[in-house]
Order: sequence, then structure tokens, then C-alpha cells
Amino acid sequence: MRKFVFALALAGAVVCATTASATDAPEFHLLLQDHKFVPASLKVPANTKFKVLVTNRNTMPSEFESTDFNREKIVLPNSTITVFIGPLKPGAYKFFDDFHRTTTGTLIVE
Amino acid sequence: MLGIALLVFREVLEAALIVTVVAAATRGVPRRGVFVGGGIALGVLGAVIVALCMGFIEGSLGGIGQEVFEAAVLLTAVVMIGWHVTWMSSHGKEMVLHMRSVTDSVKAGSSSIAILLAVVALAVLREGSEIVLFLFGMAAGGAGKLGFLAGVPLGLAGGVAVGLALYFGLLRIPMRYFFSATNWMLVVLASGLASTAAGFLIQANLIPAWGNQLWDTSWLLTNGSIVGQALHVLTGYEARPAGMQLVFWVVTFVTLVVGMRLVSLRMAAQRRRARPVANPDVPSDTAAMTRGA
Repeated sequence: MRKFVFALALAGAVVCATTASATDAPEFHLLLQDHKFVPASLKVPANTKFKVLVTNRNTMPSEFESTDFNREKIVLPNSTITVFIGPLKPGAYKFFDDFHRTTTGTLIVE
Repeated sequence: MLGIALLVFREVLEAALIVTVVAAATRGVPRRGVFVGGGIALGVLGAVIVALCMGFIEGSLGGIGQEVFEAAVLLTAVVMIGWHVTWMSSHGKEMVLHMRSVTDSVKAGSSSIAILLAVVALAVLREGSEIVLFLFGMAAGGAGKLGFLAGVPLGLAGGVAVGLALYFGLLRIPMRYFFSATNWMLVVLASGLASTAAGFLIQANLIPAWGNQLWDTSWLLTNGSIVGQALHVLTGYEARPAGMQLVFWVVTFVTLVVGMRLVSLRMAAQRRRARPVANPDVPSDTAAMTRGA
């Protein structure tokens, strides 16, 4: 047990030491408005880590989620979240609002 | 209504699968029902508190509070499951089965069960907080009464039904393999939770991904499907895993397996020292009891 915790702590330390700096990732913005993503398709660069800032202008909470690029994060009304994504290969990646499944959008990675 | 039912179902399913594996793994332990029920109740309470504090969690740690919180909850569960499975190896399976007859083991058993209670509570808290937030939102958005009255029980019943089906399926495993099977399930479950935690830490940019999409099996099974989601909970299945997630999975798995082996070898050595004259032709009490069970 102690060994296990130690191993986890060690892994954590090694990993944190090798983390790239967060500031160099380009930013992209998404709005949740009237239960639609604006823009519905967002162009992002391929093979680069980037961040998407999702702002919720609806009156109810949403969950920005994608099974295509494995992300999920809750966005409360009138607030903005930041999600780090990628680097992704070129292609189209769907995302959706898990709380309102008909609200969908696409990342165009090129 | 269907939207509400489906979301509730998906979240309840995730928690129910974890609760089921824990419930099966603690089969035969006294007062297990109280512990599992208590874990669920604590989890529901925690879920409401987390949902109410979501604004604070979201805004804390420079915007990565949610990911850190999720990862912390998951990794706590991993450590607790790790504790339980190594404890299980320190006691013979016969002993666990017949714990009622051994006073010390009842005490030891209860302490390990208390840890699993926490695992149940954490699982319910994680998934439950999403349900609570979602329902708050739906209520605020003026969703009809019918939607709640029909959707919530429908989703809840569906999720619980899948959990129960898995539970009764597990009970069909022959007794002599039962605890090995549930222990392995816990090990795989813990490895999967660790991998999911890694996913959140990558999302927060706290750790590198080490290859963002190691492979792509979404053509076979997507994480968006119900089966993919269930497999994700039970094993950590990802259609497109990051390299770091695989590292977390393997490190957890190997650590737990090695830990279990080391502990059971040490216990076996202790038992040999304690009983130097053992006649292999005469079955010991415990062996006889196991066969009788």
C-alpha cells in the first residue's frame, strides 16, 4: 500500500517535471447560445496542442463533451471553461453538449 | 422526457456498475448491505453538495478545478481499491468466506469494507453530481413535470436494472473462483479509473499526453455507445486512448498484482511457520469448510 502511494507520487513528480508549458497553446473560442454551438464548426491546426474556451450563454448548465477527442467538462451558465485538446491528426471531430444531446458541433482539424 | 431518462440512465449505469462489482466482492461479509447502502446515501449527499459547489470548483485552481477534482476522486478510489485487494490477499479466501467464525477477521473485514463504502460513495458522488446539475438546469429551463416524474425514475430503474443483472450474473460464478474473479475485476476496474484520471489531468494540461491517439478502435466500439460506456467503467476502455492513459493503466495493474502476490506470499510463509506439522493427506478445517460451501 505504502509502496503503491509512493509509486503514484513518483510517477506524478516525474510527469509534472516533463510537462510542457501551457502558455504556448493557441486559443479558440466557442459559444453556447440558444442551445447551439457558435460556430458550429471550428477550424483548428493539426498536430498542435491548443485550447478551446467554451462560454455558456444559456440559462442552464451544459457539459462540453467529445468521444472523438476524449474530453468532458461542465460549463455553468454565464461562465467560461478552458479545455486543452490535441495534438490531433487532420480530420473532423464531433463534440456535443452532454446535457442536451441535440446540441452538436465539429472540430475541423487541418 | 426521453432526454432526461437517457442522461439519468447513463450516469446511474456508470455508478451502478462500480457499486455492483464492490457488492459482489464483499459477498458474505457481515453488514455488507448497511455499508453499500450507506455508501450510496453518502454519495447522493455528496453529489448534491458537489453540484451546489460546482461554480467554486470550476473557477478554482485557475480554471482546472474540475479536472483536478475528478482526478482526485478517481485516484482516491484507486488507492482504496488497491488497499482492499491487497488486504484480500493477506487473508485466505476461505477466511473471508467464513469470516463470521473468526472475530479478528470480522474486525479486519469491516475496516476493509469501510474503505469499499468510500469507493461506492465516490462513484455515486461523481456521476450523481452530473445528474443533479442537469436536473437543476432542466428545472430552471422549465422542463415539464411529466419529464421529471417519468424520466428520472425510468433512467434510474434502467441503470439499476443493468447493475442488478451484472450482479446476479456474477453470483453464478462457482464459489471456488468467485473471489479471485471479483478481485481481478476490482484490479481491472482500478486500472481503468487511473486511466480516466490521467485523461482529466491531460485535459487540464498538467501532464503530457505521450501520444494523443495511441490507437483508434472507434470503428469497433465507440465510447459514446452504451456498451462502450459500460466497458469504459469496468475496464477503462477508450477507443482513442492517450499514451499516458495506457501508462497509468499498466502501472496501476502491475502495482496491484505485484502487491497482491507479495502479500499473499508473505502470509503463506507466516502460516507455514505457525503450523510446521501439516499432513497433506488430512484436509485442514478450512479446506473442508471451503469444499462444503
